[in-house]
Amino acid sequence: MEVKELEVPTEIIENTAHINALENEAIYILREVAAQFEKPVLLFSGGKDSITLVRLAQKAFWPAKIPFPLMHIDTGHNFPETIEFRDRLVKELGLELIVRNVQDSIDQGKVKEESGRYSSRNSLQTTTLLDAIEEFKFDACIGGARRDEEKARAKERIFSVRDDFGQWDERNQRPELFDMLNGQIELGQNVRVFPISNWTELDVWSYIKDEGIEIPSIYFAHKRKTFLRDGMIWSAEDGIVFRDEDEVVEERMVRFRTVGDMSCTAAVLSDAISIDKVVAEIRDSSISERGARIDDKRSEAAMEKRKQQGYF
Amino acid sequence: MEVLKIATAGSVDDGKSTLIGRILYDTKSLTSDKLEAIERTSKQKGYDYLDFSLATDGLVAEREQGITIDVAHIYFSTAKKSYIIADTPGHVEYTRNMVTGASTSQAAIILIDARKGVIEQTNRHFFINNLLRIKEVVVAINKMDLVDFSEERYNEIKADFEKLMEKRDYADQKITFVPVSALKGDNVVNKSANTPWYKGETLLEHLEGLDLAAVSNVGTPRFPVQYVIRPKTEEHHDFRGFAGKVYGGELSVGDEVIALPSQTRSRIKEIYVYDKKYKTASRRSSVTITLEDEINLSRGDMLVKANDLPTIEKQFTATISWMDSKPLTAGNKYVVQHGVNKVLAKVDQVHHKIAPDYSGVDAEAQSLDMNDIAEVSFRLNKPIFYDKFKNHRTNGSFILIDTQSNNTVGAGFIS
Repeated sequence: MEVKELEVPTEIIENTAHINALENEAIYILREVAAQFEKPVLLFSGGKDSITLVRLAQKAFWPAKIPFPLMHIDTGHNFPETIEFRDRLVKELGLELIVRNVQDSIDQGKVKEESGRYSSRNSLQTTTLLDAIEEFKFDACIGGARRDEEKARAKERIFSVRDDFGQWDERNQRPELFDMLNGQIELGQNVRVFPISNWTELDVWSYIKDEGIEIPSIYFAHKRKTFLRDGMIWSAEDGIVFRDEDEVVEERMVRFRTVGDMSCTAAVLSDAISIDKVVAEIRDSSISERGARIDDKRSEAAMEKRKQQGYF
Repeated sequence: MEVLKIATAGSVDDGKSTLIGRILYDTKSLTSDKLEAIERTSKQKGYDYLDFSLATDGLVAEREQGITIDVAHIYFSTAKKSYIIADTPGHVEYTRNMVTGASTSQAAIILIDARKGVIEQTNRHFFINNLLRIKEVVVAINKMDLVDFSEERYNEIKADFEKLMEKRDYADQKITFVPVSALKGDNVVNKSANTPWYKGETLLEHLEGLDLAAVSNVGTPRFPVQYVIRPKTEEHHDFRGFAGKVYGGELSVGDEVIALPSQTRSRIKEIYVYDKKYKTASRRSSVTITLEDEINLSRGDMLVKANDLPTIEKQFTATISWMDSKPLTAGNKYVVQHGVNKVLAKVDQVHHKIAPDYSGVDAEAQSLDMNDIAEVSFRLNKPIFYDKFKNHRTNGSFILIDTQSNNTVGAGFIS
């Protein structure tokens, strides 16, 4: 076997910079998951947060491979660019990808498709997710949720224990002290793990920039056929959002700040065609990321309610 | 840019959430959609001012009752620093959440209602910050607008608090007083014209000026092995790396280390972060270390510098903050999680219960109820490698896990 020449290291790894500290914390959390659980899985949507998680997991276990599979709960309403990106990433890194489809849950009669103007498959994901957890007996599901996204998220622990119905009991969470993460659970329970809890949207973008991480093209400004509704810009290209006749289609220069289900993710006007411009745009933005997510606007407590039902 | 973690403490209605909302508002950290939501809801509720607590109280029950139930984490940054604020509840029954929020913080803000002054709860808040050895404490005397911005009242409260400071056992703590009105915005981010007698910094100015290295408890290097990395691939056939986080000090290539518990000696061969090699790993960095010799090391074992051993013992005495409805009693068994290491422990003796309002100790106590704090000694089924909490915040702390419910039921500080 070829013996690699040992280059003399000169650098000191330090942890004083904010983004560095966050990376070190996330790597520590991912290693805890691999060590404390029998069957972890990384919930992968193809969005920037889960892409960041994959990079952090690569770092945590190098030179070994990431010791858990990725799982995508596919609503069937994904941006085609995201799916294309997902498949390429998995192939390049030699990872295992599990896909479970919301359409199957609908066909099996387990969930009912919403109807009307604001119908979305976003909340239907919960059933498909819980079924998949049971099918594979996953005891830990790693997710890219951040506490700055939404105020119910801000209350959730890094190791968030869910009962066998996947439910979050927000009033009875385990205290999380110091760096110590308690992953002891009973059979049937599972833990949702959020390694980038303490990151903000800007932190994620800065990290993607610093690390040179590739992301789906819809995050960058592009011309798209769109229409306006309730002051938000919706994609008219994919036929997912039901459009009224009086809602006029126009081509606009837009990008997506968050890549959820197409039915509940609006675009923003932007000319940020590079990662530098995206970071600058986020830094100067006066609107929060979830401002473009219609599912959170259903009520003050939309996210809290979904989480109580088992949403990740 | 550095990140400063801050815990807040105050009683119900002292205005913690309002203070945080005010900081976010005055530093322009609230996005326009969040601000609109606050304006809308404040109006719906018929308030004649903006209810900033709506920015942080995220749960339905919290908004209904107008109180904070659980720790919320709030993020904002200025040109100088990034901040994470753990907004912890002030209710007496939520002491456990206060300990939780304070456990990862380097600084704390204790709120006092200027009308009420130092109350029993203030003692408790100060006690917990002292117990957790938080180096930097800001006492924000709030609602100054309701006492006509009286300098006399401010001095009175300050003098009362200084009397309280005589009771603490951690004297290195730095305490700063600021008169504020969170609701009106006096001395929070911007200097107030209403307090011409106050010559100090505003709350945020003070936090901006803190030197992070100075407010962190460092301790000597400890490297608990979190995960053993053995790729077993063609390219890295013989790679055997020990992944973990460096606690305290720093570790460098070439350092002579001792592996615990085997007490085998070796030297650090390489330090990796991802595929990049480093000479030195400083405090709190998550790295992978390889050694010059083949040593059997697994999760929970520890690497330390050869001239600096921790205590290696099957017993210890610790201050316990009890967090469960099921009491802790002598003879009970728990899992002690010390860093990433888990051992079985038996409660040997409850020495005495400490009243967190500084009113004294109860030497007769045999068991602990939720929110009690006490000196307890434990016997373990195998030795752990610990330091005293006062010397090493990380290697001197642990959590207790109930063997049946698996819940985290207590926090411990080794004495």
